Amino acid sequence: MATILDQPPPAGFGNPPPSTPPSFSLMKQIGPVFKREFLGYFRSPVAYVFLIGFLVISVALAFSRYGGFFQAGIASMETYFIFYPWLFLFLVPAVGMRLWSEEKRSGTAELLFTLPVTTLEAVLGKFLAGWAFLSLGVLLSFPMACTIAYLGNPDWGVVVTTYLGAMLMAGGYLGVCSLMSALTKNQVISFVLSLLACAVLLFLGFSSFSDLLESWFSVGVSDALSNFSFITHFDAFTKGIVDPKDVVFFLSLIGFTLFLNVVALER
Amino acid sequence: MIEVKGLVKTYGAKRAVDGVSFAVKRGDILGFLGPNGAGKSTTMKMITGFLRPDAGSATVDGIDVTANPVAVKRRLGYLPESAPAYPEMTVEEFLSFIAEVRGFRADAAKRAQVDRAIGLTHLAPVRKQTIETLSKGFKQRVGFAQALLHDPPALVLDEPTDGLDPNQKNEVRSLIKNMAVEKAVILSTHILEEVDAICTRVIIISQGRVVVDETPAQLRARQPGARLDEIFRSLTRGDI
Repeated sequence: MATILDQPPPAGFGNPPPSTPPSFSLMKQIGPVFKREFLGYFRSPVAYVFLIGFLVISVALAFSRYGGFFQAGIASMETYFIFYPWLFLFLVPAVGMRLWSEEKRSGTAELLFTLPVTTLEAVLGKFLAGWAFLSLGVLLSFPMACTIAYLGNPDWGVVVTTYLGAMLMAGGYLGVCSLMSALTKNQVISFVLSLLACAVLLFLGFSSFSDLLESWFSVGVSDALSNFSFITHFDAFTKGIVDPKDVVFFLSLIGFTLFLNVVALER
Repeated sequence: MIEVKGLVKTYGAKRAVDGVSFAVKRGDILGFLGPNGAGKSTTMKMITGFLRPDAGSATVDGIDVTANPVAVKRRLGYLPESAPAYPEMTVEEFLSFIAEVRGFRADAAKRAQVDRAIGLTHLAPVRKQTIETLSKGFKQRVGFAQALLHDPPALVLDEPTDGLDPNQKNEVRSLIKNMAVEKAVILSTHILEEVDAICTRVIIISQGRVVVDETPAQLRARQPGARLDEIFRSLTRGDI
């Protein structure tokens, strides 16, 4: 029986690999994971649908009667960014839900975690890619900044701090969504859990909600709880204030959720 | 090269793997047989560091996978069952990603590794195609290319010929056979003829335990004249 088994091996066999053995060091693996994830958004229609949808909705809201961009008569981006916490509530879970759920469902998680990558490197790489993608979406709203510059004389310091705040807040939302995504292989469950968790973090900052909390807990506790809201910490940025405690809030929220994310994946 | 001692994995009340031990040297092709659900894939997932064993140990090149998973993963090539890959990437993009994670960062080195893997697995005609558009046979070969891209000393292949047509099966077998000269290979399969065709050793597991560990010739000698699947059936009765 003459089979392929009897044929000489294809070229390349037995030769040593053409390059020297690769070197590794701590956290060096974040790069490839980040690159694959970030470019992955653009390899499917996800990126274009998301970016266009995000920009159309955010601009439409600003020009609507609820935003009152023109009625305000001020060359400021406040009427644009005021909707961000609400938009992020729906749109960040849409980006974050696939981060881990999809890897788990399609079996690529098994591939990723049998490559020489630690869980922390994988979590950071994927999170940073999602964050960079969201930041890109935020930055693509620059025509709004050009518009106010054309119409009036905006305070550029405030514009810059608002952008900074929006990107930090996107990171906070995405940390929560990444964690929820690691808990399930079902993207719908992941989306709903993310929405709920983000909604809680958003509503904690509203007075009606904190009144309710005060009826349950002491004032000290309810004050402490409302300190965990996105709104409380985002507001200062839109007024041109970069308070270290707000920056620390978002960064520690990211750190904490990503830590739990690693724990959830390793369990 | 690969050494497994008393591996145990329990899912709820079910003991999927119950004290599996064996060793594979360089040059060995170990055929891992067993009915569905006998614990083949679970054992492989523990060797490759995807699952944490409840008890026992797996070492590759003397390194314990629980103690130093990343070092073990560097030395292993692993083809998971059904060859998962990122569907939206092209073959070339996917293999470049694997090369980068495997430490081939410089463009020239990366391209050399990718070209070599594509050449070995005959993927050249589809290298610019996205993986989601590939047929099952090509997808399987992408998984194979990914596993041997870094020319690892040890290969773990979970059903490498599953879903391939007879010609492709033959080709994959010849590929494995040619490579095994300098590598330790574990492959799981349902196809008993495969064992005869390429394996130098056979392990049959049933209900999470090793019931046979010998050469294909010894397995045949158990019931002279009987077909391999008859022998297999009599050994794994407990699973039915």
